[in-house]
Amino acid sequence: MYVIIAGAGKVGWNLARELIARDQEVTLIESDHRRYRIVEEELEHAVQYGDATELWILERAGIQRADLVIAVTGDDEDNILICQVAKEKYNVERIVARVNNPRNFDHFKLLGVQPAVSATDLILRLIEHEVPEYGLVQLLALEEEHLEIIELEVGEGSPAAGRAVRDVMLPEGALIISVLRGGSGFVPKADTVMQAGDQVMLILDPGLEGEITPYFAAARVSAGS
Amino acid sequence: MFIVIVGAGRVGSAVAKRALSAGHDVSVLDSDPLSHERLDKDQSTSWEDAGGRFTVAAALEIDGLIAAGIEAADVFMAATSGDNTNLVIAQLAQRRFNVPRVVVRVADPARAAWYGEQGLLTICPTQSAIDEAEQVVLAP
Repeated sequence: MYVIIAGAGKVGWNLARELIARDQEVTLIESDHRRYRIVEEELEHAVQYGDATELWILERAGIQRADLVIAVTGDDEDNILICQVAKEKYNVERIVARVNNPRNFDHFKLLGVQPAVSATDLILRLIEHEVPEYGLVQLLALEEEHLEIIELEVGEGSPAAGRAVRDVMLPEGALIISVLRGGSGFVPKADTVMQAGDQVMLILDPGLEGEITPYFAAARVSAGS
Repeated sequence: MFIVIVGAGRVGSAVAKRALSAGHDVSVLDSDPLSHERLDKDQSTSWEDAGGRFTVAAALEIDGLIAAGIEAADVFMAATSGDNTNLVIAQLAQRRFNVPRVVVRVADPARAAWYGEQGLLTICPTQSAIDEAEQVVLAP
């Protein structure tokens, strides 16, 4: 696989390193000359100096034969345009863009730059994962596929607690795909009995969250949200 | 016509002033409050007294673009000093706000040409300078 990475900051440099260690062919592009010199000491010919938003720089890096373009500069405009040009002008099959400011997320989507990854967003998700008070945690949204994966805790005295998976009559479009208990996870079978305190992961059609939560909400706490 | 111009530099402010004196409604957005001076320069009245609007916001902030009136714009012009900012906001104007006419300044001739093919009205000062210089330099 041939990968072009735009931006040799911490993210870009480490990505390049990891991919090279996995025997992938990588070209890293960096527009700051001082930074380029530092990275070049380690990566040598795998890093090129230039502004990756310019077409000739991308062409010099061989974008015509790239399988994957990753734009991880510190500028959202640059990341959007690099990926847009890669996809629409050079027909690169796969792109990945970094979102620096989560408020710009919509711009990436509108201009067809997907997937767009935001570190701020990921960390927020992790915080939610660690803070059970939040209740339902959305782990992954597959927007194109119209599916999402969520995580819920089985509440004390909830309809699901003490019941086998097959006996919990979830609405159409929702499926329990894993149970985390005592620090380890497993894929449940129809006769797996869920216990209060289990974390369960579900895959579902977006919009079903409201219907799903009451099944797992603890008896003493009012259901909903 | 209602014209929204982002970037009150030499080009943006000059076009804004001409459009206003030609009787159009004009709203200018720039991240630098001091850029307003260019709109007042050589004018008998201030920009606002002459009927112009001015918004201070970052070009990429949707709230700022909305405050500047992009939703009602007949024409949108992206004329900041950054090609990449211009190309992104011009596409937002086109695809998100459905502005009928979107003009974008792009200094890089290669990308001006490609985005022009994609349906943006691109203006490339560099290309104009190259063409003009060529005529002068190669004049018989």
